[in-house]
Parts: sequence; C-alpha cells; structure tokens
Amino acid sequence: MSGDLRGKAAAVGIGLAGIGAAPGFSHLDLTGQAVKIALDDAGLKLSDVDGLFASNLQNVFAPLNVGEYLGIRPKVTEGTQIGGSSPVAHLLWAALALEAGLCDVALVCYGSNQRSAAGRLLSPSTAEPLIYEQPYGPRYPISSYALATSRHMYEYGTTREQLAAIAVAARGWAAMNPVAFMRDPLTVEDVLAARMVCDPLTVRDCCLVTDGAGAVVMTRADRARDLKADPVYLLGCGHAHWHRQISQMPDLTTSAAVDSGKRAYAMARMGPDDIDVLELYDAFTITTLMFLEDLGFCPKGEGGPFVEDGRIAPGGSLPVNTNGGGLSCVHPGMYGIFTVIEAIEQLRGSAGERQVSGAQTAISHGNGGHFSSEVTAIWGTAATL
Amino acid sequence: MSGPDAAYAAFLAEGRLRLQRCEGCKRHIFYPRVLCPHCGSDSLNWVDASGRGTVYATTVVRKRPEEGGGHNLCLIDLEEGVRMASRVEGIAPEEVAIGMAVTARIAQQGEDAIVVFDLS
Repeated sequence: MSGDLRGKAAAVGIGLAGIGAAPGFSHLDLTGQAVKIALDDAGLKLSDVDGLFASNLQNVFAPLNVGEYLGIRPKVTEGTQIGGSSPVAHLLWAALALEAGLCDVALVCYGSNQRSAAGRLLSPSTAEPLIYEQPYGPRYPISSYALATSRHMYEYGTTREQLAAIAVAARGWAAMNPVAFMRDPLTVEDVLAARMVCDPLTVRDCCLVTDGAGAVVMTRADRARDLKADPVYLLGCGHAHWHRQISQMPDLTTSAAVDSGKRAYAMARMGPDDIDVLELYDAFTITTLMFLEDLGFCPKGEGGPFVEDGRIAPGGSLPVNTNGGGLSCVHPGMYGIFTVIEAIEQLRGSAGERQVSGAQTAISHGNGGHFSSEVTAIWGTAATL
Repeated sequence: MSGPDAAYAAFLAEGRLRLQRCEGCKRHIFYPRVLCPHCGSDSLNWVDASGRGTVYATTVVRKRPEEGGGHNLCLIDLEEGVRMASRVEGIAPEEVAIGMAVTARIAQQGEDAIVVFDLS
C-alpha cells in the first residue's frame, strides 16, 4: 500500500521571497510574494488553487489567514503544526488529496518575518510552557539540542571540530548561492571561537534568524507534464514523532528520523544509496549529523568522522544542504519548506553555480520541535519513475 | 480530588519526591499522567522515589555576566528508570558531567518546590 503514492504527485512551481532580511513586510506579505512566484513558475493562477497546505508561527489558524490574504476558497485545507517539519509533512497530505481527487492544484507555503519582527512571534516556549522543564531555565530550542549534542559526544566521541565541519560545509555551499544570507568564508576555528550559547554549541553551530517565505505548487503527475516547468515527482514521504520535549526523548542520540526515513524509502522503493542530494533540516550542526546517521548514510555514531574531511561540502562525495541550509542560507523560524525548494531546484538542474551535476533524486528532511517531529520526503526526476 | 500534576506538586511541597508506578506493567512513570504511556493501564499508584540518579546529558545555558553568567541544565536518569530535567547544584555548571552519580533534593524556587540534584 505504501507504494501507491509513488510518483503520483509532482512539484510544478516553486517560489522564494524575502530570504534574509525583508524589513517592512509581514509574514503574509512574504508568503504572498513566494506564492505569486511559484504560481507564475507553474503557469497557474491563484484561482486555480483549490488545496491549501499552509503553516506559520504567527497565526494560530494559519491556513485561514493565508487563504484570506490570497483571496482563495480552498476545498481542502491542512495546517497541522508540528514545528519546522510541518511543510514537509504537508506534502504527504497534498499528494493524497490530489490522488483522491479532492483537489487539483495544491499550494504548500510558509512565511515568516522572524528577523524583522523580532520579539513579536508566537513562541511555542512562552505560549505553551513545558512545566517539567521550565523551572530549570531552558533556552528553547537551543538548550534541547545542546543536551542531545552532549550525549552524542559522550557516547560516540563526536568532537566540536567535527560538528564545526558541518557549519563550514554549509557556508561553502552558501557562498555559491546568491540569495544565501551569510556567504563570507567560515573556518572550523571561527565556529569554535564564536560565542558559546549552550555548551557545546556556539552561535555558529546554530541556525540563522532571518525572514523568508517559500511556496510549492503541486498537481497530479499527469497534469504536471502539461505545465511550464519540468515536474519533480514526490516518490515517497514518511512521518514520525516519538516525543515533544527533550526530557521525554527516548535516546538523545537517535531521532524518529529512523522511522520517517524507513517509511519514505519504502514508498519510494529506494534506499540511501539511491539518493544524489540531501537537504537535511539543519537547525543546529547536531541535526545534520544525526540525520545522516538516522537516514542511513553512515552507521550510528559515525557521523563525526563521516563529515570531518569535507565529504558533505562542495566538492565532497555527498552533497548536503546545497543552498547553505538553515545555518547559512535562511532560517525564518521554521526551515522545512526550504529543504523542499532546494531539492526541486537541484532536480530541475536550475541551481546555478551550486548545481549537483546529474542529480536525479533528492531527500528533503524536516525536523520540528526538539528533535520531536521528523518527516522525510524523497523526490525524483522523470527518469526515476 | 486533584489531577496528577497537582498531586506531584503537593508531594514536593511536603518535601517528598514521589513517582507514579503502573500496576499493569510495573514500570515507573514521569511526568505524572492519568494512564501509563508504556502499557495504557490507568491503574497507577504513587510511590516514594529513591532519589538516586545519574546525569544523562548536560549543558550550560550561557548568559551575560550581569545576568548570572550561565546555569546548568541537565537530564537525570533516576534509578527507577525515569528521566527528568533538572540541574546539579554545588559545583560549577560546566563541571557537571555525564555519568555523575547524583542525589535528589527538594528546593524552594519562588513559590514552587522543585527537584534539584547534588553529587552523591
């Protein structure tokens, strides 16, 4: 059954807006700009959109605000909020709704002006205190990921230098991406010497705080072939979550990505060896490292040695976070949609200087909360159908 | 009548660290709930905790010197098989290390009684 959705839906339009800093614009303005670009890219109109899959951190009823702003009347609406992985999770429901004929044009979008609107966001940590952690002064979400990092270092000997290599690789890719927010050279020494935020993570182990929006338009595969852009097919998508707060995570060195990955691979009828490009949600250096392990690109515990010699950097054998990631390109509160858009860029062959030659398959992996919700999506070109 | 959160807090206020134990699968539970997350049973009893634990993970939440310079935040595995967020007191926050044996103590923080840990 899990193979039934393989290749049935395709991304036919993508749009980015406000990447970095966009002062003066609301999150809905930025979302609207990204949607306009994505629809133009697909050769479709707002009035064609009948399925809305929207999330943000600024509206409790996000799809309602987004739908109203866009002036659309969707037949199908999804807005499940499971943190930064939400837009990746929405891909599965979009594909299912398309395949079931509940809608014909699905719009997946996210936008935030987190940088310019500093302090005026809905903050999960203040809106919803976690009463058994809050008394001890966590700094969400960084302190949770710092705890996981401490455990990974303890169990596997992972070093700060190895983690820093992940930030350096991301910066290397960002240098080739004209819209990336931070493109200056970065060294391992720079990362180690940066301001410590939560030991052992410095500010350069942590994602950016930027503005930004992204939109993806999807249709059924048969219709996709008649539209403007080369379709990129959704081959698989898997969800998993095991906990909400870090004190309830069963094992701080293994995330639910082991399950979301298995589910996505099963639907796509592929494994790690079949994947050409990885877009892994890098809220922190430790997330990239754990997802490489949990999605099967190296054995558990070997993420540190795996990344330390530039394997995931430009010129390395495994291209990871080719837009510069949340660490160096963009991270407006939730990064998931950007893992999707960069995967599609790469499979269209439109990624410019940072294009991975001959890429046919890509993973978009979303993470939400505190290693809480994991969603893996696998994309392929027409050649992979 | 009070729910499990309030019952736990009331025990702490009396100076007692108590955990729920499931009559169905005999496992301890934390945080307090109305059903066992391991087996689904709603037959839960409060039992005294040993207070003995081990540091499972640790960090220092850094702040500016004028804000106190940073404090320890850690996860403690209790002997009963449950894990809780807490802090280790009595040593510098960066000296707290995974694997350290620690003992629970109930401390007053503002209006709340909370569990902190000292080196055993």
